[in-house]
Amino acid sequence: MSPKPFLRIENIRKRFGSVVASDGVSLEIDEGEIHALLGENGAGKSVLMSMICGMVRPDEGEIVYKGQSVRFNSPREAIRQRIGMVHQHFMLVPNLTVAENYILGQGSALRVINDMDKVHARIRELSERYALDVRPEARIEDLSVGEQQRVEILKALFHGIDLLILDEPTAVLTPQETDRLLALMGDLVKDGKTVVFISHKLDEVMRVSNRISVMRDGRLVKTVNVADTDARGLARMMVGRDVRMELPRGPAAPGRIVLSIENLACRSETGLPALRGVSLDVRSGEIVGIAGVSGNGQTELSLALCGLLPVDSGRVVLNGQDITGLDPARINARSVAHIPEDRHKHGIVLPLSLGENTILQRYNESPFATSGMLNRRPIREHTRDLIRRFRIKSRDVDQKISELSGGNQQKLVVARELARNPDFILVNQLTRGIDIGAMEFVMEEMLKQRDNGRAILLISTELEELFAICDRILVMFHGEILGELPPDRNRLDELGLLMAGQTANVVQPPLAG
Amino acid sequence: MDDMMLLTFLATLAGAAWRLATPLIFASIGEIFSERAGVLNIGLEGTMLVGAFCGFATAFATDSVLLGLIAGIAGGMVFGLIFAFFTITIKADQIVVGAALNLLGLGLTAFLFRTYYVSTGKGIEIAQPINIPWLSDLPFIGEAFFRQNLIVYSTILVTILAALVLYRTSFGLTLRAVGEHPRAADVAGRNVAAYRYSAVLVGTGLAGLGGAFLTLGHSNQFVEGITSGRGFIALAVVVFARWSPIGAFFVSLLFGLFYALQLMLQAQASIVVPYQLLQALPYIMTIITLVVVRGKGAAPSKLGQPYDMR
Repeated sequence: MSPKPFLRIENIRKRFGSVVASDGVSLEIDEGEIHALLGENGAGKSVLMSMICGMVRPDEGEIVYKGQSVRFNSPREAIRQRIGMVHQHFMLVPNLTVAENYILGQGSALRVINDMDKVHARIRELSERYALDVRPEARIEDLSVGEQQRVEILKALFHGIDLLILDEPTAVLTPQETDRLLALMGDLVKDGKTVVFISHKLDEVMRVSNRISVMRDGRLVKTVNVADTDARGLARMMVGRDVRMELPRGPAAPGRIVLSIENLACRSETGLPALRGVSLDVRSGEIVGIAGVSGNGQTELSLALCGLLPVDSGRVVLNGQDITGLDPARINARSVAHIPEDRHKHGIVLPLSLGENTILQRYNESPFATSGMLNRRPIREHTRDLIRRFRIKSRDVDQKISELSGGNQQKLVVARELARNPDFILVNQLTRGIDIGAMEFVMEEMLKQRDNGRAILLISTELEELFAICDRILVMFHGEILGELPPDRNRLDELGLLMAGQTANVVQPPLAG
Repeated sequence: MDDMMLLTFLATLAGAAWRLATPLIFASIGEIFSERAGVLNIGLEGTMLVGAFCGFATAFATDSVLLGLIAGIAGGMVFGLIFAFFTITIKADQIVVGAALNLLGLGLTAFLFRTYYVSTGKGIEIAQPINIPWLSDLPFIGEAFFRQNLIVYSTILVTILAALVLYRTSFGLTLRAVGEHPRAADVAGRNVAAYRYSAVLVGTGLAGLGGAFLTLGHSNQFVEGITSGRGFIALAVVVFARWSPIGAFFVSLLFGLFYALQLMLQAQASIVVPYQLLQALPYIMTIITLVVVRGKGAAPSKLGQPYDMR
């Protein structure tokens, strides 16, 4: 280790309102290393790095860069000091070309742009040097997400960097693109640059980093050399306890088939094939899990099941009745509950009150309404009842749901959906963005529903969640169900292979598109 | 009609179309600047009225068309400043402020006109046609394109200049970025609010010029509501032209053609269509275009949304 660190962060603090995003973090990054910043969503990784690149100003603490104390008031100042960051949400203007994006903000505002050829040449040269395949005249909106990311990285190189910060770069990439990116990080380091790699994926971090700093709840847990640790140790540091989650549960007693999906095919909102013939049954009294890397058709499956996405072919049968292609209101009315992936988009209406949100689907039913007029009292009573039963932290039934924390919003969605006594419950990401206390609570609630004879389909990218409550796990890959496994943690390797698209050791050719 | 008469008719029609398109060209190109920066200014109608009135009042006092035009632009920009302050600084709803400006423009100009000018009944000197040597003597074409006044000719210059600024300068590049992804422009070190102010001022200045043309280059009088919906038609032109200045020039010409056709058909004794129906032609065409050119395809994605720095 060099005596003088390249970048030293000293006791950085940052609050956003009542949320402490960085709680006295100190960290050292050496020149020429790949330093991973590992932690769960919301651990404070991105905010910490945003402070280094001038996007966010720290409340307290010091940043020492190349031996000097620095304080950046804008990303531009950081760029001048040769610090670049590739954000999760790209800073690229979609209707401009690659080259136009790169020269945005450069030079005087009244400048006539007459050096485009030079800019193009420089981009081509850099693109070739790092094998990035970036065409300077391409328009951003015509590029895939993976390509846009390479454009972002090249933008940092174009502006000149010594330190590159990548924020969750692999979240949007295919496995092949990920490999390519990890190799690129190695090339950058060979060229004398330093890379900080923010991620929550253990395997990637283990593959490329020299050192790993683990963050949790806005604090630095520990910085370790990659050679001195293993995935299990890192995982424990990330979540602050043993990752295993054991909930008491009895054996399932599956009964009749409640939901049957037959050869379902549909396209995503962008028009690409998303489901390629999915068939599965869910029986009463069982929880069927769907595992898979996100983006393999899970979103489309849940949207299609609740009528939000048109079906191209195949059938959905609920309690013996064909519900394919019905509109969401009709599907709702047939005893289907839906706990959506994106609660802000499909679950709740943020500016409405808790009471109004609890009757979103039943606003026209007795006792909540009589002849088109809402009855305040039954709505309030019903909502209060749910708040009490689900221990939702709130002030009042008339307060806006946007004032609640994510966990409590999710609890309200779960409470509302379960209160409708559904036969079939469709859940996509049960525990996303909620704290551990709430997590266990909603999972136990699901088990209770199972024991009461409901049929539950649980789509999740969190394997722990699936292992903890499912009775069987189906793996989705490229819009197909690739296989079924029992929820047995000892078969994690098999599950991983299926999630990567490999069945019974036969490597599948990668599908186009 | 024999061939000669038809040709004469067409030449007059083309010339009138360009004249009648002129205010639309100015206003729609101005609005393109504004909208490209993400600011939807539906207050064009009111702004044009202010331009028309300021132009008229100044020319009335000074007998100078040039000063009138300058006053028209300045009047428009004052309205723009009000609009920009409320929508960019205060972050009020752009539609609401725009609607308010339309009402204010209509009421204010009518009030001032009635108070000071209506009894005078006097017209003003307007910009005279300039016959371009030799070209203006060409049969038919000369009549249509080379016997216009300087303001009409200047639409070509303004169009080319607008396209150059938008696509070939750093200012234009940033403007386009500001309407699409303001955060990216901010991170790149550009002041989003300053760009939006500039865009609104360019836009309202041009709208004011378009209004001033009505009193200084077309009729020689101010009339209440003289713009008669041209500000709204200019908004439709922008959509039809897919936010491109050169497109706006030609789409405006198309609308100018409807205006001209309507006027000339009214003058034809042989045509027995109620004149009200003919008068409605440009407006009917506006509705038809907006139905045909549906979707937001080329619209700046942050159009109408205030920008909040974190």
